[in-house]
Amino acid sequence: MITKRIIPCLDVRDGQVVKGTNFVGLKEIASPVELAKQYSASGADELVFYDITASSDGRDLFTDVLTETAKNVFIPLTVGGGIRSLKDFDRVLKCGADKVSVNSGAIADPTLIARAAKVYGDQCVVLSVDVKRVDGSFRVFAKGGRVDTGLDALDWIKKGIDEGAGEIVLNSIDTDGVKRGFDLEMLAAVTAFSTVPVIASGGAGKIEDFITLFKRLPKVDAGLAASIFHFGEVSIADLKKEMLKNAIPARIVKE
Amino acid sequence: MTVILDYGVGNLFSLGCSLAAIGEASEITSDAARIEQADRIILPGVGAFRDAMEKLKSSGLISVLKRAAAKGTPLLGICLGMQLLFEKSYEYGEHEGLGFLKGVVKPIPAAGVKIPHMGWNALSFGQKKHPLFKYLTEGDCVYFVHSYAAVGCDDSVIALAEYGTPVTAAVAKGSILGCQFHPEKSGEVGLKILRAFCEMKEGEV
Repeated sequence: MITKRIIPCLDVRDGQVVKGTNFVGLKEIASPVELAKQYSASGADELVFYDITASSDGRDLFTDVLTETAKNVFIPLTVGGGIRSLKDFDRVLKCGADKVSVNSGAIADPTLIARAAKVYGDQCVVLSVDVKRVDGSFRVFAKGGRVDTGLDALDWIKKGIDEGAGEIVLNSIDTDGVKRGFDLEMLAAVTAFSTVPVIASGGAGKIEDFITLFKRLPKVDAGLAASIFHFGEVSIADLKKEMLKNAIPARIVKE
Repeated sequence: MTVILDYGVGNLFSLGCSLAAIGEASEITSDAARIEQADRIILPGVGAFRDAMEKLKSSGLISVLKRAAAKGTPLLGICLGMQLLFEKSYEYGEHEGLGFLKGVVKPIPAAGVKIPHMGWNALSFGQKKHPLFKYLTEGDCVYFVHSYAAVGCDDSVIALAEYGTPVTAAVAKGSILGCQFHPEKSGEVGLKILRAFCEMKEGEV
């Protein structure tokens, strides 16, 4: 039986891990490579690296971090942040990424998903979407959640799947950083039609939030979080044990 | 020394790193002479079956692989690399494979499950555990990403995974082995599989 995945997300700027609340107020934490090793040892099923660097120097530091991680950590690595072209795909895949996540880049160029899926396969293309409620509907936001694109989130995700996205990361801006649980309503709206895996993101504050997520929405495939793992508020090993206790299939790493 | 076959399909960086992590000397190459000298061969692969077979053909490596198979050099196909070992694939048409193993490659039945089969799934070994899994325990999880799977290969199946239906997870017949999942992305469990493979010697399996 396939297990539910637990995915720590590392926002990386200038070679350092960073996490903010509601996308503002950034704070630096630790060496991404060390963090990745710890996570892998404690049972993380996958790692997401988001490059939030603006400068090209920072970008080189990012690929160095990625390469060093891939040399030491043997679980799937997804890379996102600043992916705008097939050249960007190529750059991060060569450094050890297994999947590439597109967000603003796919909004700016809607052909990007289909072109990337054709070259690298559907399984390689992850569509990451930042969604916020506006006037009673789910709206797609770009540029790290700052710009309202006017796009309807459900339409955009459907289109992304049709174009070849192999996985969806649904990040609710409404619950991100609030730590009161995942956005079950928004996730239910997407899992109702998605034919590809859906990863829940935004809002996890404690172990119970993941249990609720997988029990209430069995079609959700994975839960993603950042700061609660970085700050040790939730240990992945404890979370996995609790999942098994609740009859949620989980992969346990032997210590 | 283990050779990772480079025929222009997929990213071999992680595979090379995972062999380095278990202390196995490896070389990523498409050079026939180097492959002939190898103690073991890994046939990787991602993407589409037909493209991969065409690239194998145009790189002139099919005859090299056939000689290695006849000689009994341990050969491990990974993911699409495993699928290439079979007689035929029905991915976008009908395409001939290497034919080292009996069986064909068909879409995973989509009844009630999402395709691709992506994520960590448990292995079951059946009655007898193959030496490739000598360091593993029944139920250990490995990482899968695939939409097609081998069928009609009952005589070579050494591990199954449950995904709506039993899915062929690994196969072996003599020195020819294959994993549908990615050992190089399956954490410590995956490294244990690669270690067991790297302990296999020509003529002994």
